[in-house]
Amino acid sequence: MTFPILSVIVFTPFVAGMLILLMPGERKTEIRMTALAAAAFALLLSIWVYFSYDVAAAGYQFQEQYSWLPALGIGYHVGVDGLSTPLVLLTGVVMFTGVLISWNIDDRPREFFAFLFILATGVFGVFVALDLFQLFFFYEIAVFPMYLLISIWGWVKTREYAAMKLTLYLFIGSVVALVGGLAMYWAAGAQSFDMLVLEQAGFSEAFQRTWFLPVFIGFAVLGGIFPFHNWSPDGHVAAPTAVSMFHAGVLMKLGAFAALRVGIMLLPEGAKHWAWLIMLLALVNVVYGAFIAMVQTDFKYVIGFSSVSHMGLVMMGFATLTKQGLTGSGVQMFSHGVMTALFFAAVGMVYNQAHTREIPKLGGFAKVMPFTAIGFIIGGLVSMGMPGFSGFVAEFPIFMGVWQVKPWIAILAAISIIITASYIMLVVRRVFFGDMPEEFVGHTHDVTVLDKVALTLLSVLMIGIGIFPALMVPMVQSGVENVLRLLGGA
Amino acid sequence: MEFITSHLLTSILFFPALAALVILFLPKDEVKLIRWAALIASLVPFGLTVLLWTNFNSGAAGFQFQEQYPWYEAINATFHVGVDGLSLTMVLLTTLLTPLAILASFSITDRVKAYMMLFLFLETGMLGVFLALDLLIFFVFWEIGLVPMYFLINQWGGANRNYASLKFMIYTMAGSLGLLLSIQMLGVLFQTYDLPTLYQQWTSIKGTVMGLPVDTVKTVAFWSFTVAFAIKVPIWPFHTWLPDAHTEAPTAGSMLLAGVLLKLGAYGFLRLVIPLYPVESARFAGVLAFLAVMSIIFGAFGAYGQDDFKRLVAYSSINHMGFVVLGIAAAAKAAGTLDAHIALDGAVLQMFNHGISAAGMFFLVGVIYERTHTRNLNDFGGLFSLVPVYGGILIFTSMASLGLPALNGFVSEFLVVRGSWPIFTVYTAAGMLGLLFTGAYILKGIKKLLHGPLNEKWVGHLTEINTREIIVMAPLMALFLVLGIWPAWLLDVINKAVTMLF
Amino acid sequence: MTVTYTSSMIMAILPEILLLALGLLVLAVDLALKEEKRRSLGWLTAGGLLAIMAASLMFARPGDPEMVFGGMVRYDWLGFFFKMLFLFAAAITALFMMDHKNLGHRGEAYLLLLASTLGMSLMASAADLVMLYIAIETTSIPLYILAGFMTGDDHSTESGFKYLLFGALTSTVMLYGFSLLYGFTGTTGIYELGAMFSAGQVSLGLAVGLIFLIIVGLGFKVSIVPFHFWAPDVYEGAPTPVAGFLSTASKAAGFAVLMRLFLIAFPDVAASWSLLLAVLSTLTMTLGNLVAMVQKNIKRLLAYSSIAHAGYAMIGLAAVSQLGVASVVFYLAAYILTNLAAFGVVVAVGRETGSDEITAYSGLSRRAPGLALAMMVAFLSLAGMPPFGGFVAKVFVFTAAVKADMVWLAIVGVLNSIIGVYYYLTVLKYVYLYRMENEDEDQHPIPLSRPYTIALVVLSIGILLIGTIFAPWFGFSGAAAVNLF
Repeated sequence: MTFPILSVIVFTPFVAGMLILLMPGERKTEIRMTALAAAAFALLLSIWVYFSYDVAAAGYQFQEQYSWLPALGIGYHVGVDGLSTPLVLLTGVVMFTGVLISWNIDDRPREFFAFLFILATGVFGVFVALDLFQLFFFYEIAVFPMYLLISIWGWVKTREYAAMKLTLYLFIGSVVALVGGLAMYWAAGAQSFDMLVLEQAGFSEAFQRTWFLPVFIGFAVLGGIFPFHNWSPDGHVAAPTAVSMFHAGVLMKLGAFAALRVGIMLLPEGAKHWAWLIMLLALVNVVYGAFIAMVQTDFKYVIGFSSVSHMGLVMMGFATLTKQGLTGSGVQMFSHGVMTALFFAAVGMVYNQAHTREIPKLGGFAKVMPFTAIGFIIGGLVSMGMPGFSGFVAEFPIFMGVWQVKPWIAILAAISIIITASYIMLVVRRVFFGDMPEEFVGHTHDVTVLDKVALTLLSVLMIGIGIFPALMVPMVQSGVENVLRLLGGA
Repeated sequence: MEFITSHLLTSILFFPALAALVILFLPKDEVKLIRWAALIASLVPFGLTVLLWTNFNSGAAGFQFQEQYPWYEAINATFHVGVDGLSLTMVLLTTLLTPLAILASFSITDRVKAYMMLFLFLETGMLGVFLALDLLIFFVFWEIGLVPMYFLINQWGGANRNYASLKFMIYTMAGSLGLLLSIQMLGVLFQTYDLPTLYQQWTSIKGTVMGLPVDTVKTVAFWSFTVAFAIKVPIWPFHTWLPDAHTEAPTAGSMLLAGVLLKLGAYGFLRLVIPLYPVESARFAGVLAFLAVMSIIFGAFGAYGQDDFKRLVAYSSINHMGFVVLGIAAAAKAAGTLDAHIALDGAVLQMFNHGISAAGMFFLVGVIYERTHTRNLNDFGGLFSLVPVYGGILIFTSMASLGLPALNGFVSEFLVVRGSWPIFTVYTAAGMLGLLFTGAYILKGIKKLLHGPLNEKWVGHLTEINTREIIVMAPLMALFLVLGIWPAWLLDVINKAVTMLF
Repeated sequence: MTVTYTSSMIMAILPEILLLALGLLVLAVDLALKEEKRRSLGWLTAGGLLAIMAASLMFARPGDPEMVFGGMVRYDWLGFFFKMLFLFAAAITALFMMDHKNLGHRGEAYLLLLASTLGMSLMASAADLVMLYIAIETTSIPLYILAGFMTGDDHSTESGFKYLLFGALTSTVMLYGFSLLYGFTGTTGIYELGAMFSAGQVSLGLAVGLIFLIIVGLGFKVSIVPFHFWAPDVYEGAPTPVAGFLSTASKAAGFAVLMRLFLIAFPDVAASWSLLLAVLSTLTMTLGNLVAMVQKNIKRLLAYSSIAHAGYAMIGLAAVSQLGVASVVFYLAAYILTNLAAFGVVVAVGRETGSDEITAYSGLSRRAPGLALAMMVAFLSLAGMPPFGGFVAKVFVFTAAVKADMVWLAIVGVLNSIIGVYYYLTVLKYVYLYRMENEDEDQHPIPLSRPYTIALVVLSIGILLIGTIFAPWFGFSGAAAVNLF
């Protein structure tokens, strides 16, 4: 029997979380070390998976399959393809950096890391799931710790409201999708939740058209699709740093990924039928998100809305149903994940010292924390799709995909690039440059070495992929080929 | 060594960026070390460019020293670089000016490491545009060059740097948007970004594209390319970012901004617009020529109206770049004729000339500003007696810029006017009028600065130009003279390239 | 009538026999112990119940369904599985009772618990209307007493009395229904009724009328709308461990009867009662959840939430399929564990703080992290979050509904569970987020006695197991469901 690497990745955080829960609450250093060790372990394994994934062979690899509930055809079936492998890596990275950034959490770190790790297990679980039931199972696991993490360790002013809003939105979305999933299960008549079986089910066109929207939108709520994006900025802002990183970095991908895997891959005819609508919604995301981000004065809201805008691009790429568009979306999921994790890490670092996120009240932080400033700038460049960074590598094919389908949407969406550039540049200038307000002088200091490690890791990833797209794109493309096959060899 | 000769272009292109990474790991307090490292690092590409120049066969058609590697296979973009006479000239200009700009920046004391790194990154960005033979690679470097420049202005610039840098960035990015979209469209249509291939396919496409007549699509795409480059050049009325950016940029930043960055726009016309849209270029050449003439005239008027020395020089750039565009427009109108070739020769040579003379002018402005902390011409006066060497250099450089015969500017402007005259007689005549004002504003600048009653407050406070600064100016002045008297060595390369291309 | 005794007769009622024996033992030991030592009767009761479970699992597992005692009792998996659930719930409840100040040292409390469990066991396997009625009363009467056990407390007395009145009234209506059934068909055997209906002896309208009468009685037991009024008041007033028992085992017993009666006796009019149950389920879920949202008292909140859960479980029954029944059984198993855990936490907290207001839970996670964790597990399971039992259980009933082409019912259920998430999380907010008035949680730890610890750990692990390794449980549920078709 081969080493069940994916299962180990999925359950490492869970086991670590349970271990942490069993440790006495006062031994904070031990708790942190355990968390870091587990995160590092998961990261190493996900790197290993990433590099040993055979791109030429494509398809689902590292599969493991056990029956879970044979009576209903529920299985535990994991495996990764070209689309999910980068996301597994992303989760590993964000988890690791998240632990580094949260090193100094002092209020009940035991619970914090335990909940964070349960969340991580849910996220890993969704990305590797090849069984529809299992996907829902882990999907929900990923949702509820969010509530606790935000409401307990979040920003005092809005955390209760935001946490509840987020949980309810995501829960509504997922259960609506769940009903769709059950409908698929019965309609397929194969007595199996295995998605590889459901792919072959050949649902009737009418069925697909009926159920595509509930399923896709249900998941896409977590991806922040308009008009269900409202929870996201509020949630981002209220969440503690590591949770924002997880939230925007990985969790939103979860929604997009599930929307792709369940919505588009299982209901391809429905996807073709409704692509125009998804495209329009995504366009609103992209443009509206960017505009709203521009007028925010809260540092974190800017980033929050920028995520809405960028996730719109992911959805837009999906909706093209073309090779380039889907490939771009695949890369964008990774790129945005890393970028936004970095953004939130940087915001957290500034906030920790300034205790305010009002952009007009900040300034001059590049002098005290140059690493953070550089990291944020690199993230900003990724965000505005600057060539040479991963954002460009991702967005360019998405636009190419859109051109093939609806050229005018590409033209409209391009507006967001300029808006993004302006708000990013403004934020960079106002927060990191200029003169530091009196009250901060002398009260601020550089970030810790752990923070720097985290920032460096994230930055290097974005630049690496920007300069050498071949590091990731062929892999994503191999996953996309499979999607296209399901779409009918388009 | 063999590796370098077989990968000459990539070596030139990436050496500065790699050197910047090395500098990253130098201790940040070792200012002197960093400065010299940067200078030496920027001299290496220059040396390689000289090597390139000597090995370049100006008689051969097509691109030389080509290198092509897979880059972004998913969308069929390759890393394809190569040079012809046009790009070679521009590469030479870039690698020449960068060490000078770095040498000029030795007076920078604030965050030297970051500054030098940005400069080296900037060099890679600019070279990339000139070397790219793949549309996507072209765009990559086109955009990426913005970033170091933005931060150079934003961090080391003058009082109003925030406004200026943002305006610079947003203008250029907004301008590039149409370019980006058109590039995407081309990529979708042909599934390749390789320029030589696109030259063939895009010009010969017939029928409808995306449900629209191909002519309409081409016209729209033509204008989106044109606007992007027009902003960069800049052509009136897209020029408003330039005076701000120049005024606020640090001296060396202005040198490269005027010396090389503006050429990117003109180069874009030559490399992309005319070859890809020969028909549209010819059809709309009149509009372009009109705008060029407006640039010449308004640039000159604008310069004349300035009291700020740096703004004056900035407006002069608009004025001079107008000639470049005029030459290009003329060539587009009557492609293939002798007149067109002459006009283009002039335009390309003017690009080179303006590159060196504008860099020199901005440097000299910087020299005086560093000493006096003012650029207001009314604050000066009669300084010639205080700083005769500086005064001499300034006058010499100004004359080169003004187009005095026997200096470089004359040759190129003459060629442009000679070539355009039969094609756009009225416009060229109007442009000549602008030339008059060129003389006027330059003389005004010299008069207010060097002559007239001595402003007493500088006595004892103003020091003479130092050796380092003279070393910066020396190669430039030598070139002014050489190109004025014997332009053939450069013009020959340009002319052959132009003849083969257009 | 000669009766031949067979070994399966003993096996069929082995749990009941052992329960009776245990009850007698408790009574005897009670006499022997001094008052302050009587708390250990709890250990005896719980241990005894577990031993009965073990013995039954070892010796009394049913084979093919079989009628024993002249058709009074059916010896099958459905009954057996429910019996195991009741025994388990009773054992846990006994543990919870141990440190209750009014119940812990009273031998008769344990005895009543055992008596009620005995009744429930019979309910689960009764195959005759008479037997059924007797079983129901055997279950109810001890519970009436237990609910009003704290005689010094007005609330408790009120609660016991209210429970008695409602119970008596509804069981009378049900009895009326039974007698009519007998009158029309001439038989009291549940399995014979089905045949009578199939033969067309009873008109459809009449059947529906009868069904309605029976629903009144059983609806009271499982507390579905509109027969739910007693639940919040009774839960609030009754001793908390008893309320926990009422809301779990007693409810499950009701469901056991509902399923057997409806699917065996009235399969031919399934279409009508399926719709009726679907409508009732909708009402129950919606009302339960909506009212739960505004509760300030944790026991009332749990009461309304348990009403809502009866609605969810009913979805599976309304689907009228093997899968539906299996999902109901599974749902109840998960629900019993979960709700017991929830009440267990309430018992432990209430004992220390003397209050059942939700505000009393502020700062719980700092006062007792373990207890807070158990509460989180229970509440998230109630809310239907994986990896806890509640999630899988909900998915199963929704699956059954979708399969039965009742997508609308599944959607109603889904929307309701969202409301559920809201108020469960609101409670958790007090536990994890809010602090005590003086922020001095360190000074107010909540000690957890050994029985509570054991019970809560067992329940938490059980919730987790049923939510992750669900195949064996579902296997049992499925085996139980097979018996009804």
